[in-house]
Amino acid sequence: MATLSLKGINKSFGSVDVIRDLSLDVNNGEFIVFVGPSGCGKSTLLRMIAGLETLTDGAISIGDKRVDHLPPANRGIAMVFQSYALYPHKDVRGNLGFALKHAGIEKQEIDKRVNNASEILGLSEMMERKPRELSGGQRQRVAIGRAIVREPDVFLFDEPLSNLDAALRVHMRIEILKLHQRLRNTMVYVTHDQIEAMTLADRIVVLRDGRVEQVGTPLELYKKPVNTFVAAFIGSPAMNFLQANVQDSSVNLEGESICTLNAKDGPVQLGVRPEHLVVSDNGPFKGSVSVFEHLGGESFVHLALADEQSLVAKLDGEYIFNPGDECSLAIKAEHCHVFDSAGRNITE
Amino acid sequence: MLITQRLSSAGIHAVLIAYSLLALFPLALIVINSFKSKKAIFRDPTGLPLGDNFSSKGYDSVLNNSDFPLYFGNSLTVTCVSLVLILLLGAMAAHALSEYRFPGDSLIGLYLILGIMVPIRLGTVALLQLIVDLGLANTLTALILVYTAQGLPIAIFIFTEFLRSVSKEIKDSARIDGLSEYRIFFEVVIPLVRPVIATVAVFSMIPIWNDLWFPLILSPGEETRTVTLGVQQFIGQYTVNWGAVLAALSVAILPVLVMYIIFSKQLIRGITAGAVKG
Ligand SMILES: Nc1ncnc2c1ncn2[C@@H]1O[C@H](COP(=O)(O)OP(=O)(O)OP(=O)(O)O)[C@@H](O)[C@H]1O
Ligand SMILES: [Mg+2]
Repeated sequence: MATLSLKGINKSFGSVDVIRDLSLDVNNGEFIVFVGPSGCGKSTLLRMIAGLETLTDGAISIGDKRVDHLPPANRGIAMVFQSYALYPHKDVRGNLGFALKHAGIEKQEIDKRVNNASEILGLSEMMERKPRELSGGQRQRVAIGRAIVREPDVFLFDEPLSNLDAALRVHMRIEILKLHQRLRNTMVYVTHDQIEAMTLADRIVVLRDGRVEQVGTPLELYKKPVNTFVAAFIGSPAMNFLQANVQDSSVNLEGESICTLNAKDGPVQLGVRPEHLVVSDNGPFKGSVSVFEHLGGESFVHLALADEQSLVAKLDGEYIFNPGDECSLAIKAEHCHVFDSAGRNITE
Repeated sequence: MLITQRLSSAGIHAVLIAYSLLALFPLALIVINSFKSKKAIFRDPTGLPLGDNFSSKGYDSVLNNSDFPLYFGNSLTVTCVSLVLILLLGAMAAHALSEYRFPGDSLIGLYLILGIMVPIRLGTVALLQLIVDLGLANTLTALILVYTAQGLPIAIFIFTEFLRSVSKEIKDSARIDGLSEYRIFFEVVIPLVRPVIATVAVFSMIPIWNDLWFPLILSPGEETRTVTLGVQQFIGQYTVNWGAVLAALSVAILPVLVMYIIFSKQLIRGITAGAVKG
C-alpha cells in the first residue's frame, strides 16, 4: 500500500516525444485508470512506472521512496499484461510461485501465498494445469494471481481484459473491482474502453498525445469535461456536437434558443449527450429519422437535422420510428455543454 | 468427397513409402553386408547373412583389432563439444540480436549469419595456417573450434527467427519477477524454444559427425582420428577389407540414430512450429 507520484515525466523514443511533462499524484489505495486513444502513450507510461522503460526526464516515487533508478523487481510493483504473459512451460502453481522462489522466500510462505491467491481467484481446481489447458479468462486470473502473490504496493494493469470476449470481459471487470475492494491496494489500470474506465476508476486520467487532458472522478469527467476531446471520449454513445451561435447571451440552433450563456456573440459548439435528449413535440432539434435501432429496452435514433447536421439520441423502448419519419427532440438547459471554437468547455 | 480424400491420402502414403524404401535401401545393404564374409558380399550382395554367409569377422577386426573405439570416442567428443558450443553461443547471440537494441545491431546480425553463404572449406589453407600457428595441429580442439565456427551462422539464423516470436511481455514479466537477464535467457527463453534447439542440434550434428575433410587436414594423427578418417585404414591401396569398412560404418550410424530418436519428437514440433497455432 502506498502513494504513487509522477513528477515532470518526459519520454521520447529518438526524436518522437511520447510523454510530455506529465505529473500526477495517486493516493494510497486509489484505483486510477488511464484512458486515451490508441498510441497516446498509456502503455509507455505504465512501463515506465514498472521500470521496463527508462525516463527521459522526471521522477517517480512510490511511498516516500524514489524508484525511477531501481530495477522493476525492487519497486514494489506487479504488472498484469494484455497477453497474460504466463510461462507456458510451468503449471499454474509454478507460474504463481515463480517470482517468490526467485526472491528466495521460504517454501512454506510461498505455499501460503499461492494458496491464498488461488482461493481468491477460484483457481484451486486447476493448480496442476499448464496455461495452454486454460481458457482465456482462467489465464487472465492466473496472471492476476501472479501479481497478487508478490504483495506489491502498486498493481499495474495494461489492458488486461482486451483479449477476452464481451461476456467474460464484463465478468472479469467485476472480479477486478471486487479484488480492489478486498485488497485495497493502489492500482493503475490502462484501457481504451471507456466503460471499464467509468466502472472501475476512483479517478480517471484522460491522455492525449502524451499529455493529461483531464483528471477527475468518472462523474466529474461526465458532467464537466474540460474540452470536446474528453467530452467525446467519456460516455457511450458519444456526445453529439452541433454548430450553434451565441446571440444576446443565448445559444441558438436554427433560430431556436437552447440555453443561456454569458458570452460574446459568435459561433460555438453545442455538446448534447444522446441520453439527455427526449421526444417533445415542440423540441428545438427537428429533423428526419435516418436510422432507427431498437434494442428492446432502449432505442437509438439517428436524426438528420435541417441544416445537414446529424444527431444521435437514446430513447426509451416505447418509441418506434421509421426511416424518413419526422421527429423533434428537446433537452433540459442544464444538460447542455457549450464549447468555444478551440474546444474548451465554457458552460456556466 | 470421402473417396477422393482416401485416394489422395493413399497416394501420399505410397509416395512416402517409396521414398523411405529408396532412402533406407543403402543403409540396409550396409548393415546386412557387414555381417557377411567378403566372399559372400560379392557373391550375393543382397542376400541375408544366414548359414555360411554369416561372418562377424568385420566387427571383430573393427572392435578388437583396431583403434576403432578410440576413433569413436574422438568423434563423439568433437561432435558433442561442438554441438554444445554451437547451441549455447548460437542461442545467446540470437537472443541478444532479437531482444536488445544497440548501435550496429543489424550489421552485427548480418555479419554473424554471413557464413551461411560462404563455405568454410574455402578458407582451409588459412585455417590450417592459423591452427598450426596456434599450436593446435593434431588436436581435437582444432576440430571443435572449426566446427563451432562452421555451425554458428545457420544456428544463429534459425534461432533469431524463432526468438523474435517469443512474446516480449513474457520477458518483461520475468524482469518484474526479478530475474536477471541471464536467468531470463536460461529459464524463460530456452524452455520456450526447446523444439528449435532439437532442430538445430540435429542439423548441425550430422555434417560434423560425417566430415572427412577437416580431420584429414587438421588432425590426421593416430591419436586424434575420427571415425570417418579411421575407416579409411581398412581401405588399402590394393585390398579393401569390406567387412570391416561396413561394420565400422554400421557402428558409426548408431550415435546419429540415437540422437535422432531422442530429439525426433521435439524435431517434428520444431519443423511444424508456426504451421499450426499454439
Ligand atoms: N520502443 C519504441 N520505439 C519507438 N516508438 C515507440 C516504442 N514504443 C512505443 N512507441 C511509440 O510511442 C507511442 C505510444 O505507444 P504506447 O504503446 O504507449 O501507446 P498506447 O497508448 O498504449 O496505445 P494502445 O492503446 O494501442 O496500446 C506510439 O506512437 C508508439 O509508436
Ligand atoms: Mg498499449
